[in-house]
Amino acid sequence: MKIIVCIKRVPDSEGRISAGSDGASVDTQGVKFVVNPYDENAIEEALKLKEAAGEGSVTVMTLGGDESKETLRTALAMGADQSVLLKGQPSTDGLGTAEKLAAAIRDREFDLVLFGKQAIDDDNLQVPAMVAQLLDLPSATVVVDLRVEGRKVTAEREVEGGHEVVEFELPAVVAAQKGLNEPRYASLKGIMAAKKKPLEEIEVGDAESRLEVLAVMNPPERSAGEIVGEGADAVPELVRKLREEAKVL
Amino acid sequence: MTSVLAFAEQRSGALRQAALETATAGRALADALGVELTAVLLGPPSISGAAETLGRYGVDRVLLGSSDAFDEYLPEAYADGVVAAVHECRAKALVFPASALGKDLAPRVAAALEAGLASDVTEIGVEDGRVVAVRPAYGGKVFLKVGFKSDPAVLSVRSRAYMAVEAPRDSRVEELAVTVDPARLRTRVRMAAGEKKERPDVAEAEIVVSGGRGVQGAEHWSLLEDLADALGPATALGASRAVVDAGWRPHDEQVGQTGKVVSPPLYFAIGISGAIQHLAGMRTAKCIVAVNKDADAPIFKVADYGIVGDLFEVVPRLAEEIRKLRSEE
Ligand SMILES: Cc1cc2nc3c(=O)[nH]c(=O)nc-3n(C[C@H](O)[C@H](O)[C@H](O)COP(=O)(O)OP(=O)(O)OC[C@H]3O[C@@H](n4cnc5c(N)ncnc54)[C@H](O)[C@@H]3O)c2cc1C
Ligand SMILES: Nc1ncnc2c1ncn2[C@@H]1O[C@H](COP(=O)(O)O)[C@@H](O)[C@H]1O
Repeated sequence: MKIIVCIKRVPDSEGRISAGSDGASVDTQGVKFVVNPYDENAIEEALKLKEAAGEGSVTVMTLGGDESKETLRTALAMGADQSVLLKGQPSTDGLGTAEKLAAAIRDREFDLVLFGKQAIDDDNLQVPAMVAQLLDLPSATVVVDLRVEGRKVTAEREVEGGHEVVEFELPAVVAAQKGLNEPRYASLKGIMAAKKKPLEEIEVGDAESRLEVLAVMNPPERSAGEIVGEGADAVPELVRKLREEAKVL
Repeated sequence: MTSVLAFAEQRSGALRQAALETATAGRALADALGVELTAVLLGPPSISGAAETLGRYGVDRVLLGSSDAFDEYLPEAYADGVVAAVHECRAKALVFPASALGKDLAPRVAAALEAGLASDVTEIGVEDGRVVAVRPAYGGKVFLKVGFKSDPAVLSVRSRAYMAVEAPRDSRVEELAVTVDPARLRTRVRMAAGEKKERPDVAEAEIVVSGGRGVQGAEHWSLLEDLADALGPATALGASRAVVDAGWRPHDEQVGQTGKVVSPPLYFAIGISGAIQHLAGMRTAKCIVAVNKDADAPIFKVADYGIVGDLFEVVPRLAEEIRKLRSEE
């Protein structure tokens, strides 16, 4: 089974991120960059599927600058076989990025394209379904359980009020939600081996953005309200305020 | 005439609350652009009754695609249906709900139209004739104001960002002519999720009762369930990550940076300290109530109302007082 996994370099979610002082940029100064956490689930799933099949290959692909090589190396160290850097800047909205990825995927042999459900920088949740549409493939997003038997894919997706189970045939697109699996860590041996694995570079140019960022703002400040009182005795007063002041009851 | 197109989400033949919120957001955008509001409703033949409801929420024209092909949500078929509606009403902008279905469908439609998509927006506006929107990014650590360079503009709107408002119109219902290529019906839904849970999803609820590590174990959740019952059927349960990691509650209830982002009118944080990653998921709630025994807990810095005290005493009393209030009504 030939699997392509699309991954993105993003700032660590534990990092301090705020609106830049110019009000038009995002300040990520001093923040460590990592493989997008949901993409780690996608890599893990690809490795597991390949191991279960006993044959095949896992190719990781990213659209980004030179700094994204580090992201690809991390995936290679986890166990991916080869990697592709599409050199160019991702778009603000998902479509430009999806177009670049779809164009590169179209030229390759593949059975399954895996994604994370969401990049934790732009929080777009767009690229996987867009790539599926552009390549005219069936897809399942926000997937928490995946089974591949022969050419048949069974995917369980998270929806409001429960899970939905869908089936389709390969080739297909699947986007991973947290909980799909527990991503492995790169072993020291894996890190050494990664240095010798292929890293293909292709100049693709910057992706077209159909959205323009006009301003970057910090979240609306909430000011501290009032402590209504202490203990259960304060409850009647709280309920009165919720009803009469806040008008939410 | 051109139009704004709202996607009216239904499940099992019934309109979802998200459909009414999308209509309300679409109405505001249509007024700002000075165009009509059209809604596209895709579903099995039994949905035609739902079309009339949309007129009450500001829709001028309903395009009804009733076909067995739309019985279940099949991404490719639904995308084809919406694209047909876009051409039929000459849509300048499309509004989807940022629901599970909307987040899956909107990207496909945007790709088919070669249009930009702004996901999970909390505000929509028009500046100099151009559609603009505000949306959170980086796990809610920043908000972006974005402007569209594409025509049409495609948006998905966060649940509860626009509360459904009745604005009755003389709406007309028309059949949408759409033929779905059988080759595009490649997905089979083996098990559909009904709205089977007794409570709404945490991201869509009007009231959220969230518990943290302070609740001290899964066995004490009956306390929060009782409070939720007292508050009524539109109340959902939520949880902090500490609770989900401990296995006390399922992941789909987690609120925060790595869970769901919620903006309900009323949010209760019970035994939750108020870590920055939790705040990222609920700071846009309209009214926040905190119950915590530690007066210095950071949650009180964002709460509108707080009670310092032992939740095991405060929460049962709260349920009792709310029941009293409800019975007086
Ligand atoms: C990358 C990353 C992502 C994260 N994502 C999320 C996320 O999505 N959502 C999330 O919630 N967290 C997230 N976290 C974790 C977050 O940092 C906190 O650890 C977590 O929110 C703490 O949960 P808590 O408030 O329930 O527990 P605690 O911080 O332990 O707080 C428990 C509170 O209960 C109070 N308490 C105890 N007993 C009682 C009592 N009897 N009566 C009243 N009050 C009582 C205590 O005073 C305390 O304030 C993330 C962390 C990281 C690093
Ligand atoms: N620049 C990129 N290069 C490769 N894959 C990407 C890129 N951007 C997004 N993706 C993939 O698409 C998923 C969803 O991203 P997004 O739509 O931006 O939230 C991510 O989890 C990645 O798997």
